[in-house]
Order: sequence, then C-alpha cells, then structure tokens
Amino acid sequence: MEGLARIICAHPLFAGVHEDFCTLVCSCARNVRFEAGQHLVREGDAADYLYLLREGRVALEMSVPGRGAITFQTLEGGDLVGVSWLIPPYRWTHDAKALERTRAIALDATCLRRKCEADHDLGYALMQRFVPILIERLQGARLQMLDIYGN
Amino acid sequence: MAIERVGVAASAGPAEVPWPTRVCRRRQEAPDVWTLDLEAPVGAAAAFAPGQFNMLTVFGVGEIPVSLSGDPSRSQSWVHTVRAVGPVSQALATAPVGTVLGARGPYGSDWPLSVGLGRDILLIAGGLGLAPLRPAIYALLAARAHYGRLALCYGARGPRDLLFRREFARWARGMQVQTTVDHAPAGWSGRVGVVTRLIERADFRPERSLALVCGPEVMMRFAVAALRAAGVDDDYIYLSLERNMKCALARCGRCQLGGTLVCRDGPVMCYGRVGHLLRVPEL
Amino acid sequence: MDAGTTAVLTLGGLQALLAALQSRDYRILGPRVRDGAIGYGDIASVADLPRGWGEEQSAGRYRLVRRDDEALFGYAVGPDTWKRFFHRPVEALWRSRRVDGEVQVIAEPEPAERLALIGVRACELRAIAIQDRVLRDGDYPDTRYRARRNAAFIVAVNCGQAGGNCFCVSMDAGPRATTGFDLALTELWEPGDHRFLIETGSAAGAEVLAELPHRIAAPDEIAAAGALVAATAAGMGRFLEAGDVRELLLANLEHPRWDVVAGRCLSCANCTMVCPTCFCTSVADSSALDGAETVRTQRWDSCFTADFSYVHGGSVRSTTRSRYRQWLTHKLATWHDQFDSSGCVGCGRCITWCPVGIDLTEEVAAIRAAPHAPEDP
Repeated sequence: MEGLARIICAHPLFAGVHEDFCTLVCSCARNVRFEAGQHLVREGDAADYLYLLREGRVALEMSVPGRGAITFQTLEGGDLVGVSWLIPPYRWTHDAKALERTRAIALDATCLRRKCEADHDLGYALMQRFVPILIERLQGARLQMLDIYGN
Repeated sequence: MAIERVGVAASAGPAEVPWPTRVCRRRQEAPDVWTLDLEAPVGAAAAFAPGQFNMLTVFGVGEIPVSLSGDPSRSQSWVHTVRAVGPVSQALATAPVGTVLGARGPYGSDWPLSVGLGRDILLIAGGLGLAPLRPAIYALLAARAHYGRLALCYGARGPRDLLFRREFARWARGMQVQTTVDHAPAGWSGRVGVVTRLIERADFRPERSLALVCGPEVMMRFAVAALRAAGVDDDYIYLSLERNMKCALARCGRCQLGGTLVCRDGPVMCYGRVGHLLRVPEL
Repeated sequence: MDAGTTAVLTLGGLQALLAALQSRDYRILGPRVRDGAIGYGDIASVADLPRGWGEEQSAGRYRLVRRDDEALFGYAVGPDTWKRFFHRPVEALWRSRRVDGEVQVIAEPEPAERLALIGVRACELRAIAIQDRVLRDGDYPDTRYRARRNAAFIVAVNCGQAGGNCFCVSMDAGPRATTGFDLALTELWEPGDHRFLIETGSAAGAEVLAELPHRIAAPDEIAAAGALVAATAAGMGRFLEAGDVRELLLANLEHPRWDVVAGRCLSCANCTMVCPTCFCTSVADSSALDGAETVRTQRWDSCFTADFSYVHGGSVRSTTRSRYRQWLTHKLATWHDQFDSSGCVGCGRCITWCPVGIDLTEEVAAIRAAPHAPEDP
C-alpha cells in the first residue's frame, strides 16, 4: 500500500475498512497541516474537502453577531471535520479553526462523491463510517442543548 | 453487591439534632458554587468516606444535604461544596467565616474503592458532580500503587463552572485528566463538547475497570450508555444519585427511588442494582 | 386462646380495667363517637365507648348506623388511627438559642406520656409493628416515637364483624390479634349477658388482669369467641392476592391502568392521612422575630403533595399518575425491599375515605388481569 493509503487505513474512522477501499480513497487524499488560528473551512464556502484529523485540535464555530465566534464543538486527532459535503448544496454551515498546530488528511469531496457513485460498495462502506459519527454528534448536540448543568 | 457504609454517625442525642459548628474558611469555586470548611465539632467523628454527605443547617432557614468534598485523610475540618440554588444553599454559600451553622453526619454509602483495588478507575463527573468525587480522587492518589490506570473525564457548562481547576495540574501527575465544556466563551481553546465524548479518549481498560459517575442524572444515563458500549460491566459502574432528603435517617420517606432509600442505600449505588429504576420516568 | 389462661370479664370488669390503668397513671385512649364517625380520644369510663354503634363502609362511603345490640366494639375501623399518638402530626424536634455569638442546640425533652390504648384491632397492631420497624428499629431511631411506644399499654380487641372494605385476611394481619398487645378482648354479647374474653399478651398485661374481677373462661365461651372471629374472617369485604403482588406491581410500572386511576385520583392525600402505616414527614425551621431562637418542627407530609419529590428546580413526580403509582407500589411492593414486610394491613381505610372511591384491591386486580409483558432489562 502507498504511504498515504496506509495512513488513511490507520485512521480510526477507517478502522476495519478493506485496504482496497483505502487505496481507492487515497487517490482523493493529500496531507495537510494547519497552524494555530488558521481556518480549515468557512461558513458558506463550498464544501470541497473533508478532513481526517491526525493530531491537534480544531474548534467548530459559528459567528453570532454581538457574541463573536462561538465554539460549539472541538475535535481532535481521530475525528472527522466536515459532514456538509455529504448533501447538496455542499456548503459549509459553520467555521472550523485550528486551535493548535493540526495535521490532517484532506479528502477531495467531489472526487470522493464521484467514486462512491461509481462504486456503491465503496459508498456503502464509507456511509457505514460516517453515519455513526453523525448520530453521535446529534446525540451530543442534544445533551448540550438540554443545558443539563443548568438549574 | 454489599453496600459499603461507614459506621453509623455517633450522636450524643437524637440523630436529627445537629451540632453547632463554625465556618472557618470559604472559597468560591464557580459563579454559584462555594466550598465551606467547617470546624469538626467537639466530640463528634469528623471522619467520613468519599461519597458521603452531611446535613447542614442554617438556623432559622432550613437544612439540606451537602457533599463532603475534602480530603478524607484530614479530619480536622469538614469540607463541603455547595451550589446556591435555594434559600438554604444560598445562605450556606454566602455565610461569612465565623458563622455558626448546624451539622450532622456523615450519611450515606461511599464510593467502593476497595472494589477497584488492582483495577483501572475511571471517574466521570459533570458540573457539581466533581465535588463528591474529589475525596475519592484524593484517596486514590494517596494509594496510587494499589490501582491500575486512573482517568478523570470532567465536563461542565462553561469554563468558569469547572470546579477545583487549580488542582488539575497536580492531579494530572498521578492520573489522566480530561475536561470539556458544553458552552464556550470567545477565546476558549479547551475542549467543547459533551463529557461522554471524553470516554473514547480516556486511559482505561474496560474489562478491568471500575467506573464512578456523578453528575446530572441525564448526563449519568448517557455516560453509563457509553461505558456499557465500551464494555464496562454493569456491576462495576457506580453512580451517585440524588433525591429530596429531609432527614437522611431513612424516616421521612422522601428520598425513595423504587425499593431504595437514597439516604441509606445511596447516594452511591451500583448501576447493576439500580439501573432499571433510572429507566422508569418519574419513578 | 388457651383454656387455662383465657379469662372472662363483665362490663364491671372492663370498668375495673380502666380504673387499674388510671391508677397506673396512663392516659387512656379509646373509641368514641365523634364528628359522625368513630374516632379515638380520651376515655374515662365504659360509658364513653360507642355502645350500640356500628358503621357501613364502601368505596368512598362511611355511615354510622345503630346496631340492634349493645356491643361496645361492634364497628370496623374509622378514619382515625393510633399513629397520631405515637408519630405526632406536628412535633418540635429541637431548638437553637444564640447567646454571645455562640449557638446552643437543645433537643426537645423526651416525651413522658404513658398511653393506654383500648380497642386496638389486629390490623392496627400490625400497623403499629410496621411503623415500629421504620421509626423505632432502624439505624437512627426516632427517640420520641420510641419513648411513647415503649411506655404504651395496649388492649386489643378481636373483631366481631368485618367491615365493607376490610381485607386483613388477605394481608395476614387479622382479624385475630396474635401479638403486640398486653391484653386482648373478644366481646360476646347476648341480651342480658355482656362478657369479654380476655387473654394476656405480656407480663404487664398479666399483672393488670390479676387485679381485675374475673373468672376462667369456659370451653364453650372460648369456642364461641373462636367462631365469632372465624365468621369475621369469612366475611371480609375485600380481597387482595398478596402473595406475589410485589412482583406484579414492579413488573407493571408502565401499565395503562395507572393512567386510568390517575384520571380519577385527586391527589388529595386522604389515603395517606388515614393509612395507619404511612409515615412520611417534612420539617420546617422557624425563628422568633429577633432571630435569637429557632425551632425545627416535624410534621406529617404525603407523597401526593406536589413538592414531595422536589429536587433541582422541579419535582421528580410531577404527575398524579406517578404519585399514585409511588404510593401504591411503595405500600404493596417496595416496602418489602425497604423494611422487609408489606406496608398494607388490609384495614380498608384508603378505600372508605377516598373522595372518589378508588379501591386499591380493584386496581391490583385490574393490573393482574392484564399484565404487561416483562420488559427486557
């Protein structure tokens, strides 16, 4: 396996995925690095990439007039940044900013969507990986919303 | 599973009568949370086991249960942490040094640290829930060699609500400490997200762990779900539960949760034993 | 009843019993007609007892009726219970006094009351024993309850008739008094012949009996008394299958029947007030105007009140449904887990005094008739 494919296969998100799929995905992937304060994505931009974080910390933020940039979630090595690429209009609904030096694998979303269309087995394998993340994020968001520590 | 309980509190007279005691120190931990040190009453046992609570009286106002949050190896004073949410807790929280309060206890079951000997210990705390867990942390760190890995996952509403922050660095020398908040102000570079997410990154081996969980009941339910999904056995998950308590003596009937009396069979209870009760709404 | 130890008293003997108790400085409490019902109060003589009175009871209904005889104990239990004499509805626990910056906390003095209870039924004896377990025999005894209780003298009465809502037989709590009394009477009335069989249940009882004019009971009197009690047992107004009621209720915590009864229940707390085993309390602190002295007072409370289960800004049991379920499952099921016995003695008061006539035996039967499937753990 190519070096990048190996890195992808080693990422927790791809645990258990057949190495052929890793190789397929690999052609959409490249290594990236963000310094503290750099944005990975911006709200409203085209969701061209998704990021598999390898190390570092990223804040998901929304800009609220009068309150500034509010962080609603932080992500770390092993996490996925970006789900908006899954559904039209393929635009980011929040900002993502590196809080410290962060290394990640950037996956070209268009490339990935095209490959999933062409190979439904690959598509299903990837959905099996992304959907649990979505559900877990939803459950976490609900708990945060309930303000359970409040009175 | 046997309920561990420190011996019945000694009392010269009827058990519902408090001893007068004085506030000797106070410190604010969070916008609505204070820690009070009370003098150990003369002639009374100030010893307590981690997880237990006292009943504190503000004369003329009322009495509430308050977690003992200090170091159990130091019994010269009784350390309590209280959140100001009602008339009694508000009065306790603002009582100046020198105020005479009433105290009685300790009551309730304690964290079963002996069950954790040789095991990894995972502590999961939410908000004020770190207060009754802090004595367990002190006890675990003081006997570090008797346990496997130690890990704390702690979440609060916001950065200012994280209790005992000044101690995290010291604790981190003997255990893994992870914190997170639900809501972050601008400029916060720590973690944001629910406390249950910290469990994935916690340093523990599920098949040989003891989990101690304390926080809002909703949070405890989700934490337990995450622990079970990770493979921790129900009999090795302990929660600290809370119900309305007026007497702490198993006589007023208010703290019932199904067949248990939280003041007597709890507040620390084994999930394997009471988990089914938590799933019945309004029980 | 044993042939050798059962005695017989006349009305005169009964009066002598009261006198003997008075001479021992007991405050004598017994049944009296009062407020359209038979309740408990101070009695000084046999004339104070409800001679010739009986009652009719059904769900949500109680009426005093005149009997066609002169029986003194010819009624089934009314709204009053003995618990308010041992476990007081309102009671100061302790006081604090601020003197020169110090605070003294003083427990209220231990009660010195010596109570003699006349006419305690088997169900009531069981109820007292149940409350003893909760209030006197736990890790933290209620010392005031204990003082009153341990000093009390109890004269029981074996019921000669069952009430319309009675089911003590189902709860194995009567109608025969077997334990927990100093003396026990069985009343035999015929025109011109009013007698009481009397058994002793303690050394104190035997000592009192020795002072009273009495004779040994004849075998036919013992048989008559036995038959009377057996007839009472056969005439119960209600029935409850108690053997597995704990498991039944705990397996049906989400049964639709709870919604049905919640639609009727007013959450008025009558049942808990008249129940002889309900013991829940609250406390309140109050102070003198200058703040120098405070007192903590304990008072009866009920799990039906809205803030009984208040914690963190709301009540755990905010619906009538959950509160009724709490009361019934505590009484019949979780009481076993907490105190090793049932909480119910089958006296039927909750059925009589419920304004809408909810009958717990009917509720249990309804759940039993169509139980939910057991939930997977």
